[in-house]
Amino acid sequence: MLSVPLIYGLAGILLFTFALRVALSRVAFLRRVLAINVAGAGIFLVFISTAYKGAEQAADPVPHALVLTGIVVAFSATALAIALARRLNRSADND
Amino acid sequence: MTDAMVWAILIPLLGGLLAVMFPRFSGLTGIISATTMVIASLILLTLVASQGPQVYLIGGWSAGLGISLYADGVSSLLLLMTALIALCVSIYAISYFRHSNLGKHYWPLWMLLLSALAAMLLATDLFNIYVTLELLGIAAVALTALDGKRPAVEAAIRYLVLGLLGSLAFLAGVALLYSGYGTLDLATLATRIQPGATSWAAAALMTAGLLIKSALFPMHFWLPPAHANAPAPVSAALSALVVKAAFYLVLRLWLDLFGLSLSGWTSSLIGLLGAAAVLWGAWSALQAERLKVLAAYSTVAQIGYLFIFLALIMEMPEGMQRQETITGLMLMALAHGFAKSAFFLSAGVIQHRQGHDRIDELAGSAQAMPITTFTLALAGISLIGLPISGAFLGKWQLIEGALYLQHWLLALVVLSGSLLASAYVFRVLGKAFGQAPYPGRVLSNGMQEIPAMALALIATLVLGLASSPVWPFLEYTVISGRAG
Amino acid sequence: MMHFDNWLPIFIVMSSLVPGLLIFFLREGSHRTRTILNLLGAFLKLLLVGVMIWGVFHERVYETQFLIAPGLEFRLHADALSVLFVTLSTVLWLVTTVYAIGYLENSPHRSRFFGFFSLCVTATVGLALAGNLFTFLIFYEVLTLVTYPLVAHRGTPEAIRGARIYLAYTLAGGVVLLFGIIWLKSLVGTVAFVQGGILSAVDPALYPQLKIIFLLLMIGLGVKAAIVPLHGWLPKAMVAPAPVSALLHAVAVVKAGAFGIVRVIYDVYGVEFAHELGLLIALGIAASITIIYGSVRALSQDNLKGRLAYSTVSQVSYIALGATILGPIASIGGVVHLVHQGIMKITLFFAAGNYAETLGIHKVSEMNGVGKRMPGTTLAFTVGALGMIGVPPVAGFITKWYLGLGALDAGIGQWILPVLLLSSLLNAAYFLPILYRAWFKDSEDKWPDEMIPARTLETHGSLLWPPIITAILALAVGLFAAAPYSPLEWSQLIAFREYGQ
Repeated sequence: MLSVPLIYGLAGILLFTFALRVALSRVAFLRRVLAINVAGAGIFLVFISTAYKGAEQAADPVPHALVLTGIVVAFSATALAIALARRLNRSADND
Repeated sequence: MTDAMVWAILIPLLGGLLAVMFPRFSGLTGIISATTMVIASLILLTLVASQGPQVYLIGGWSAGLGISLYADGVSSLLLLMTALIALCVSIYAISYFRHSNLGKHYWPLWMLLLSALAAMLLATDLFNIYVTLELLGIAAVALTALDGKRPAVEAAIRYLVLGLLGSLAFLAGVALLYSGYGTLDLATLATRIQPGATSWAAAALMTAGLLIKSALFPMHFWLPPAHANAPAPVSAALSALVVKAAFYLVLRLWLDLFGLSLSGWTSSLIGLLGAAAVLWGAWSALQAERLKVLAAYSTVAQIGYLFIFLALIMEMPEGMQRQETITGLMLMALAHGFAKSAFFLSAGVIQHRQGHDRIDELAGSAQAMPITTFTLALAGISLIGLPISGAFLGKWQLIEGALYLQHWLLALVVLSGSLLASAYVFRVLGKAFGQAPYPGRVLSNGMQEIPAMALALIATLVLGLASSPVWPFLEYTVISGRAG
Repeated sequence: MMHFDNWLPIFIVMSSLVPGLLIFFLREGSHRTRTILNLLGAFLKLLLVGVMIWGVFHERVYETQFLIAPGLEFRLHADALSVLFVTLSTVLWLVTTVYAIGYLENSPHRSRFFGFFSLCVTATVGLALAGNLFTFLIFYEVLTLVTYPLVAHRGTPEAIRGARIYLAYTLAGGVVLLFGIIWLKSLVGTVAFVQGGILSAVDPALYPQLKIIFLLLMIGLGVKAAIVPLHGWLPKAMVAPAPVSALLHAVAVVKAGAFGIVRVIYDVYGVEFAHELGLLIALGIAASITIIYGSVRALSQDNLKGRLAYSTVSQVSYIALGATILGPIASIGGVVHLVHQGIMKITLFFAAGNYAETLGIHKVSEMNGVGKRMPGTTLAFTVGALGMIGVPPVAGFITKWYLGLGALDAGIGQWILPVLLLSSLLNAAYFLPILYRAWFKDSEDKWPDEMIPARTLETHGSLLWPPIITAILALAVGLFAAAPYSPLEWSQLIAFREYGQ
């Protein structure tokens, strides 16, 4: 029985798996960082899809809060990754 | 008085903030924060000793929605270890960064790391654990890259990427658990969880993520470059505390939540990986050319021991033997924390003095600095697991536990690990005997050498002979008890 | 509960621990403070040991115990055997300290040396007083750790290499020993030393495992006791300064191994039980091979200390041999040799050290006519050598006598007596030529390196008196063997208490 949350959930899992594959492979650093972000997004989707409680009831707010936190965390981590990559780039230019 | 838990987390956080605002006083802030942390953890320990596990509800909101903090014997003991190591490393760091401008970057990040560690040890809810795990990872990565040079930054990037992958796996597991059981609070989850596909998948994902973060073979390859290229006080914290925290999480999750969900072969697999880590780590340490690389690989090996412990504990039935094995595990973890931090700090002293830490050229410094050599010797004794040290007692329990379960091969691996460790430790210590001139001064850099020696003394003498005050705390209790 | 009887064992251990730790912090030049600390510790220990001797003779119980980890008990317990070893260690430590002060005059790193020296005695005394295998192991491993710096002391490449070989052997032995002890504990639940052994009530199905455990324990202990083929470290450790060789080979390391073997056979397995399992025969063969092999190798050594090293390899196995022969007489012989060999061997090493320090003599071939130049030392050497060969009334004779009698008594005389005879012959073959050279040959014109010229005494007093004292002791112990409190009487007490069960 294909409900909307289930579709989102499956999409999330798919995103996660594909992105993970890219993140683990030997590609440019920026692509891997983006892949990690997409994988994270996949998990967030799965999480959010569990919030749906039916058309009548309000959605479960806990996953929303958690996903928001997760997005923020992923953002900071990405920023750090890019900063480090820039530093590496700069030192490569100076060598 | 249970506020102590909050202070342990909050003070370092505030300290970090103050260190950013007032860089000139960052060192002082660091010392004050670390001291407060020690006091808080001692208070907590006495509370737990007299009244049992403590719960603190932040804001008064009950668990489920609110954030609660929980301290039992094991976590308060680890908190004390963290605080003591933090204090000694901080004193060391003041001298280490005296003539460098990296200090103003070091202290805020270091405070954040401490705050994250405290929060992780006291957390009761899976999402809090996730957040503190990420905070810990980010602080650790930034500290690794502190000196900005190429090897350090490369190591930091690798650490970051792998760390993020680990956290993602962990988060996926958390999501699964929430979708399956509707709660993230550990105590509630423990009552609701049932063995099945959901819990197994969640366990696998979370464990895999944590295994990356605790550098269990074969996911250990990020560790040696990171720990070897970070500044000495950072390496000490990374090896002694950060990987240990990840291991602590595996321990907690497996014992509290996943005991039934994980079948026999998963713990056997972990045991095997631990055994491989012991041998591989010790062998690589033997080949190392630099002191810090040696120490980093030694950490890989020691983590292997901890995971062998875990595998044995999972397989044992409830009873005296299991309790003794858990005590052995804690003694080993504590001893390693103190010993490894002492080792890294001493390596830092040597590096400071001669500009590099190549083992083959160690002789001059080792003979000129008896206190540092003494610290290396004591730390080395603990790493090998020789008497007198907490690690000897831990290793004894490990082998006894392995024999109890008829795992002869594991026992042999642990023994071989000791032999290999003797080889690489004495490779270093052997340099202390030679014919280099002796300046006649026992202490050359007190502020750096004494904290290191204190840590080493704790690992050997205190934990080796006088650890009995500690045992009541090592009776492992499953997380429970939410007030309200 | 906490009265003197509980504190005495730990005080005896601490009486050399505390001075040792203090000495590390002394400056190189603080000669007087160092000497005072050393001698103070030694005399204090002697006093306490005297009290203990009296007490154990009158069957008082001296015991210190506490839990060091859940399920692991640290226990010091004084029984007749511990008292024997402790007394030997204490007396010889005092003498060696005096010798070492003289020997190392003006050499570097003296504080470090005497620090570790004291720790070495602490460890030896600790394992002598150990009340279970766990405590024994702790001190056994600590002994390895604190003797390593002593072997490496000179810091030359040979010293470092010798020390590394020493460490490799002893640490490996330690790991094997650890394995055996843990295995035993997991089978039986305890590893306490109990007269007559703790294994009498064990289920026969476990006997094969017990045999393997015995093998492991013997290997672990045999490394330090220099049983062939585990003896390889001993000749290499000769690079150490003479006081270290004297201490290692007379008192601390090799005796620790031999003492451990005796303990395991008498107080863990029980001699009758071990005999039933056929374990004693295997060990007896290994000991006999070692006795012969050591003596054969000694013949070909021109280096004096090397010859003494192989002699040690051979002699220490007498102790093991005594333990493997069923019956109180042989066990008396083996146990008393702990003391006798210690006193005789230390005399020989002191003498060798004197030759090296005074005249630069390291080889037997350089010893022509040294008897005229250094009569006191050479007389001491002669007494020691005669004792090794087994000539009465020097102490060594008593050992061989009891071993031979014991073997006859146990019915295996036809195997043991030839070993003893052959060994005595070989001993004569490698000691008598030295004596001949020293007394009856004319010296060369110049000594290899005369560093201490002859004045009123042939060499420094602190170098001369120790070997003379120990030589007199070796004679006295043989002549007055029947006196109360003599090592022989004490060994008879030990045997009586063991077999009396």
